[in-house]
Amino acid sequence: MADTVTLKGQAAHAAASRLTPGPQGKKPRPMFSPRNIMVYGALIFAAAYYLLPLYVMVVTSLKGMPEIRLGNIFSPPLEITFEPWVKAWSSACTGLNCDGLSRGFWNSVRITIPSTIVSIAIASVNGYALANWRFKGADLFFTILIVGAFIPYQVMIYPIVIVLREMGLYGSLTGLIIVHTIFGMPILTLLFRNYFTSLPEELFKAARVDGAGFWTIYFKIMLPMSLPIFVVAMILQVTGIWNDFLFGVVFTRPEYYPMTVQLNNIVNSVQGVKEYNVNMAATILTGAVPLIVYFVSGRLFVRGIAAGAVKG
Amino acid sequence: MTGQANAGRPNQLLRNLHSKIASIPMILTAVVIFLGGTLWTVFYSFTNSKLLPRLSFVGLDQYERLWAAPRWLISIQNLAIYGVFSLIFSLVIGFLLAALMDQKIRFENAFRTIFLYPFALSFIVTGLVWQWILNPEFGVQSVVRSLGWSSFTFDPLYNSNIVIYGILIAALWQGTGLVMCLMLAGLRGIDEDIWKAARVDGIPMWKTYVLIIIPMMRAVFITTLVIIASGIVRVYDLVVAQTSGGPGISSEVPAKYVYDYMFQAQNLGQGFAASTMMLITVAIIIVPWAYLEFGGRKRG
Repeated sequence: MADTVTLKGQAAHAAASRLTPGPQGKKPRPMFSPRNIMVYGALIFAAAYYLLPLYVMVVTSLKGMPEIRLGNIFSPPLEITFEPWVKAWSSACTGLNCDGLSRGFWNSVRITIPSTIVSIAIASVNGYALANWRFKGADLFFTILIVGAFIPYQVMIYPIVIVLREMGLYGSLTGLIIVHTIFGMPILTLLFRNYFTSLPEELFKAARVDGAGFWTIYFKIMLPMSLPIFVVAMILQVTGIWNDFLFGVVFTRPEYYPMTVQLNNIVNSVQGVKEYNVNMAATILTGAVPLIVYFVSGRLFVRGIAAGAVKG
Repeated sequence: MTGQANAGRPNQLLRNLHSKIASIPMILTAVVIFLGGTLWTVFYSFTNSKLLPRLSFVGLDQYERLWAAPRWLISIQNLAIYGVFSLIFSLVIGFLLAALMDQKIRFENAFRTIFLYPFALSFIVTGLVWQWILNPEFGVQSVVRSLGWSSFTFDPLYNSNIVIYGILIAALWQGTGLVMCLMLAGLRGIDEDIWKAARVDGIPMWKTYVLIIIPMMRAVFITTLVIIASGIVRVYDLVVAQTSGGPGISSEVPAKYVYDYMFQAQNLGQGFAASTMMLITVAIIIVPWAYLEFGGRKRG
C-alpha cells in the first residue's frame, strides 16, 4: 500500500517539476549512504542469525561422527556423507523399534491429510452458515467457539479423552482426526465466515430467487468462488497439524505416533551413543514438509498466519 | 439474512433447518467440548481423582497441594521469567525488524522469507536444533573456546540457573518473525502523510517512531501482545524437546506439569487443578483485552 502511495507522490512530484525548470525526478539517493549501510547491515546481520540454525542443521547432518567430535558445528563438512539421512529415515531407533522416522512420516501423512480435509470441510460449511444463513443463537455459539480458541488445550484434553473413550476411538487415528478438527475449528470458521461475508450479497440473493437451497448455493456458487481462501486454510492446517506434538502424544497409541513425537523420541532417547548427525538429519526431515509448504506458498502463508495468529 | 425467508411460518425450529443441521459440529464443539469440557475440568479440580476421575470432593485441597509443590512453584517462576522476557524481546525485536523492513528496501521478500521461516517449523524441531547449537561440548561454547577464549562459558541448557533463558533464545528465534509480520502490516497501515508532516516539521526519525507511530499502532501492539501472551502460557513442546524439564526440574513449565500429572503420575486431581490455574492465567490476559477491544467499541 505504501508503495502505491509513494508512486502517486512521485507522479505528482514529476508533474510539478515539469512546470519549473531544474533537475527532474526524485532526488537521487546514493546507494552507499550511511543510512543504507546501517539499514542493510542490520538486516543482513539479523538474516544471518535467523539462517544460522538451518545452516548448522544441514552441515551437521552431512558430516560423519568422527568429524563432528573433532570440528566445530559451524564448519562445512570436509567429507560429505548421506549415511545419516539414510539412517534417520530407515533405521534410527525409538525404544524397541528400529525402523527409523519413515513410520512416523507415514503416520503423519495419514493424520494430516484426512484431518485437513475434514476440518476444512466442516469449518467452511460452518462459516457459510454463519455468513449467509444465520439462525437464532448462531452468534452465541460462534462467540463461545472463538473464546474457546484461547483456552489452554490442557484444560480440555481430559474431557476429550473421556468422550473419545466412550466412543471407542481413544488411541485411534480417527480419534486424533476428530481432535484436530475440533481445535482447528475456531480459526478456520472465523476465516471462512469473514471471507463469505465479504462476497457480494447480491449473488446469494439472486441464487435464492432462482430457487437454490443451502447446499446448492454452497457447492455451485460459494465453493468455486473461494478457492484462494481454501488454499490459505489448507496451508494453515497442513503446517499446524504436521507440527503438532501434544495431541499426537495424548490421543494416539505408540504405533500411530506422528513424526514430531517420533523425532523427539529418537533424539532425546537416553540409550545408546548420541549420533548428532543422524539427529540433525531426522530434524530436517521432520521440518521439511512445513518448510516446503512455506517456501512454495509464499504470500499465502503470510496471509494464513495473519489469520491464524489468533490461534496463538 | 435472518428474517427474510418467511415471516409467517409456524415452526421456529424448522427455519433455516439446513443451516442448523450443518452447524451441528460447531454447536457440539462449542458447547460440549469448549464450554462443557472446561467446566468439567474446573469442577473435577475440587475432587481427589487419582487414576480415574471420581466425585469425592476435597474442597481446595488440590490447590493447596499445588501451591506447596516445589515443582509447580518453579514452573510458575519459569513461566513468569520466560513470559516477561519473551514479551519484551519479541515486541522490541519484532518492531525493530519491521521498522527496518519499512525503509523501502530492496529484496524485501527475501528478508521476510528468512525472518519468517522458523515460524513454519514445529517447536520440537526448534527445540532440537537449539539443543544442538547450545550443546557445550560441540556448540557455541566450544567454538568460542577453540578461538582462544578458553574460559568462555555458555551452557544454558546445563546450568539450572539460566536454563530458561536457553529456551527463551529458541522461542524468540521461532516466534519473532510472526511479530515482525504483524508489526509490518501495522506500519504499512499508517498514512504516508504523517511521515511527510513529521519530515516537514524536522522531527528526527526515531522520535517520529517513538512519539507518533507507536502510539498510533496501539491496536496492533495490543493484538500482538495477546497473541504472544496466550502462546506463552501454552509453552510445552519446546521445553519437552529442548530440555525435558531438566536439569532436574529447573526448566519445568505449567503445561508440562499438567500433562505429567494427568497422564504419567496418574494424579488427575493435581492435573485438573494445575490446568485450572492455567485457565485463570489466560483469563487474566484475555478478559481485559476483550473488554477494551469489544466493550469499548460499543460505547464509542
